[in-house]
Amino acid sequence: MTEYNKSELLICTAAHQMEDNTICFIGTGVPMLAAALAKRTHAPHLMAAFEFGGMGASMERLPLAVGGSRTFHKAVSASSICDLMEAAARGFIEYGFLGGAQIDPFGNLNTTVIGDHDRPKVRFPGSGGANDIGSLCWRTIAIMRHGKQRFVPRLDFLTTAGYLDGPGARERAGLPRHTGPYRVVTDLAVLDYDETSKRMRLRALQPGVTVEQVQAETGFPLVIPARVEQNPPPLPEELRLLREVIDPQRLYT
Amino acid sequence: MAELPAGKGALFRMIPVDDLRDFVRAEKQKGMVPKLMTEHEAISHFIKPGMYIGVELYGSVRCPMSLAREIVRQRIGELDLAGQGVLENDLLIGAGLVKNLDITYHGYEVFGVSPVLRRACESGRVKAVEWSNAALAWRFKAAAMGLPYLPVRSMLGTDTFGYSAAKVVECPFTGQKLCALPALALDVGLIHVHRADEFGNAQVDGISGFAAEMARASKRLIISAEEIVPHEEIQKFPERTLIPYYLVDAVVHAPYGSLPGEMPYLYWRDEDHVKSYMKAAESEEGFQAYLQEWVYGVPDHWHFLEKLGGEKRLSELRRLATRR
Repeated sequence: MTEYNKSELLICTAAHQMEDNTICFIGTGVPMLAAALAKRTHAPHLMAAFEFGGMGASMERLPLAVGGSRTFHKAVSASSICDLMEAAARGFIEYGFLGGAQIDPFGNLNTTVIGDHDRPKVRFPGSGGANDIGSLCWRTIAIMRHGKQRFVPRLDFLTTAGYLDGPGARERAGLPRHTGPYRVVTDLAVLDYDETSKRMRLRALQPGVTVEQVQAETGFPLVIPARVEQNPPPLPEELRLLREVIDPQRLYT
Repeated sequence: MAELPAGKGALFRMIPVDDLRDFVRAEKQKGMVPKLMTEHEAISHFIKPGMYIGVELYGSVRCPMSLAREIVRQRIGELDLAGQGVLENDLLIGAGLVKNLDITYHGYEVFGVSPVLRRACESGRVKAVEWSNAALAWRFKAAAMGLPYLPVRSMLGTDTFGYSAAKVVECPFTGQKLCALPALALDVGLIHVHRADEFGNAQVDGISGFAAEMARASKRLIISAEEIVPHEEIQKFPERTLIPYYLVDAVVHAPYGSLPGEMPYLYWRDEDHVKSYMKAAESEEGFQAYLQEWVYGVPDHWHFLEKLGGEKRLSELRRLATRR
């Protein structure tokens, strides 16, 4: 078996969630690598949208910034933040990939502060495009390292809407219907959401991980279905592409 | 009927739209006159302490970094600042020039959180009002449309909304809830472009971020340009003019003006400089030493380029640029 690290596992699992012939908002970091990998494997027609205006970049060279030139290299269009966010508002963008410092049972995300907002213990970068992506895309996929400090019962600050406080809450707040969190990809598992309660549910385990381990690393009770799938480990070809073609300088892995 | 939610963040200015129209009529130059200035002239003439300013795109890509450094060099303080932020907002905030911040994202992207922002917010020195990326762009768009607000479907139901100055309104036609974003009109906007003529007709290659909206939402607009071209060059491709002259108050010739950030198709970011900056910014002392060495200690942009390594380094960065 080929050795791999946690970042590589996250990237490969995230890539597997990407669907050919869809338009996806791609953020900095793991989603960029996952999109680059998906385009070279099962999803050659994946349209990577970058919020500052790049649509359909070739992803031949890894972008370092969501507004950088590589986000519109050999792209189909290079427009503006309003153009792409308004496309999402009209329903064109199926998936949005997000990260965060904290996630709660309803898939809400925090990228703003730990502690009190006005005198925070830790100040993070803020929403950026995350709130818009979480509001306007059909489905959002969160990509995070698993751990009790990150998977918390209550966020310090709700930056980006998941299912807010439960079923129907998004619609009551005025967000577009039939939208919301879809998956969480971590180094331990893939999670989704229970259709009725909208609470986070275990879906698949990463190689060698147990249900007990995932629950122990999560700061709230997960919905555990009768049957939990097993994720395959990264394929040797995926790892080769990542290491030799996509990120040869190993900036991310 | 239940009261509709409202954010409790501060609204720095709410300029009546008719006042903006009056300003445009009385103050904006409609005749096409030359506006070329040095960075020192443009900044000292238009930016005053206490003003509300904004910078586009953001600090590692097509950013008027030479103008941001000049604001720091002239130590113009008590500013309210709106927009994306990487290195440019770091410089302004770390130099102690910013009082209030309309924040959407301020960080180092791949390289994580900004210790400069952390020190400013965690000490309570800078007050942050939260927005999303689209919300800030749409706030500029509202001002650009001559409207007091724009209803959108972002930010609803979150603390980002709760710590913004937005309000929920009901649609008068359908009754559905919408997020009303207050128009954002800047005292001064700063935008870096690929080319402009001496009158300020300006063109951008590649994505335009929120330049079109911010240019139309700025009472005064300073353009820095990689290249100053003859007016005839603009006339050949008028459809490429993103920012026409009548929006512009000053034009500064700033080749490599986005460094250490990149300029699409022209030069790649100076990764060595960015990394050494981030290392310096980890501590307050390191950050101040960086300012001393690269801003206060350098008289202008031309000397900055020389200090960076001159033509030798610049040609390396040109070679690394993303090609079409």
